[in-house]
Amino acid sequence: MTSADVYNNQVVKQFAVMTVVWGIVGMLVGVFIAAQMAWPALNFDIPWLTFGRLRPLHTNAVIFAFGGSALFATSYHVVQRTCGVRLISDKLAAFTFWGWQLIIVSAAITLPLGITTSKEYAELEWPIDLLITVVWVVYAIVFFGTIAIRKIPHIYVANWFFGGFILTVAVLHVVNSAALPVSLWKSYSVFSGVQDAMVQWWYGHNAVGFFLTAGFLGIMYYFIPKQAERPVYSYRLSVVHFWALAFTYIWAGPHHLHYTALPDWAQSLGMVFSLILLAPSWGGMINGIMTLSGAWEKLRTDPILKFLIVSVSFYGMSTFEGPMMSIKTVNALSHYTDWTIGHVHSGALGWVGFISIGAMYYLIPRLFNRELYSLKLVETHFWIATVGIVLYITAMWISGIMQGLMWRAVNPDGTLTYSFVESVQAMHPYYVVRFVGGLLYLSGMLIMAYNIARTIAGHAPVRSVAAHPA
Amino acid sequence: MMTFHVLWTVALFAIFIAIVIWAWSSKRKKQFDEAARLPLEDDVEKLERKDG
Repeated sequence: MTSADVYNNQVVKQFAVMTVVWGIVGMLVGVFIAAQMAWPALNFDIPWLTFGRLRPLHTNAVIFAFGGSALFATSYHVVQRTCGVRLISDKLAAFTFWGWQLIIVSAAITLPLGITTSKEYAELEWPIDLLITVVWVVYAIVFFGTIAIRKIPHIYVANWFFGGFILTVAVLHVVNSAALPVSLWKSYSVFSGVQDAMVQWWYGHNAVGFFLTAGFLGIMYYFIPKQAERPVYSYRLSVVHFWALAFTYIWAGPHHLHYTALPDWAQSLGMVFSLILLAPSWGGMINGIMTLSGAWEKLRTDPILKFLIVSVSFYGMSTFEGPMMSIKTVNALSHYTDWTIGHVHSGALGWVGFISIGAMYYLIPRLFNRELYSLKLVETHFWIATVGIVLYITAMWISGIMQGLMWRAVNPDGTLTYSFVESVQAMHPYYVVRFVGGLLYLSGMLIMAYNIARTIAGHAPVRSVAAHPA
Repeated sequence: MMTFHVLWTVALFAIFIAIVIWAWSSKRKKQFDEAARLPLEDDVEKLERKDG
């Protein structure tokens, strides 16, 4: 008996391969628009190629296509293994795969055409939103249905994180996408004014908290123990980590609306809860990293583990930076500057990207029953990507803080010291560095694609089925 | 409505504290140690060897 007889590996394989494919597509768009920021002529005066249309394509592709595929793949894999059963329905699982791909393709067509709700990270228009809802409900049925028929009584902590992610994203998506359609491709939000802004950032920040954090923590709690061959450092801490995130994340959204029309008390509440979030975030980070306690030497030789552990370090870094930036006085300097972009990318490239890449390097050879083609190329990928991130985030830190300082500088007579265009000019070299950083990160993904393709095409099975006679 | 919000917030906080106490209770230790090993023992081949 092999794992393929027991588990549905097919859907995990499909999502895993698409994770790599969409990762490359999404990051390529990212690198292209980074180049446009440095060299604006690159929009070629073609409307479909302008920054305003490609930016949502980039964010949707990396978050929902790359990140989403990674989450589908890993959650389906983990829930089957830790529950000891096959997915409750192969057909429904296949439906989520094809449905999700259809959503991604619709996004890739409508966004460059300029069809958008203009809600950040929720740009897709109402017909696609309805499709997302259907696919997501089916995803929930498959995931929770599998938990319901589990053979192992305990529900492993990774499944709690995946479950929390699926449930919360469903609620966020339905509420924030509530809209009145006026035509097939145009709708208006049912909320207006500051309420709309608050609902949008309640959605937006919890998309960060539950899509980009809770889901990927599910990956951390399964794949780090797996790759390190050690149980998680503290299981009780992981339980408290889950509930602390669930209780606090939902309140942090207002920090996106400091110094706006949002009531002051709501802004302060958002700031306080963002600061509280540091505790569970760092608890989780320590839990992930300390799983290696007593086996640190593995970090030296295992590039897959490097991806996973450095990812958790970036999680720690960006969850320190985030609460700090939510402090109103800091936010007065950082908001609307490149610092925010740097912060997002330390989380996105470092945490979300690296944990997904690590999990895929673990998963794909096993799913296809092949030996990984080259561990050396994984090592190369790791270092190229790491240098890329460092270039990216340091460029954005410098550029962002400089922008913030230039914008607030005033002469003794009260006039502004710098015109806006002077700050744009000052940012130029950092935009070039950011482009180079992004290009390095993308190159790493191309190396990964080559390595994975050679792995799948290879002929060396990872382990013989007959090696363990029953 | 205001009273409801206050009581709701306090109730949630109490629930969270209860979860922390529950998680840290020494009674959970053994169960949690077993749970932590779940991902390490989920390979079909290993499950089979345990059965046979």
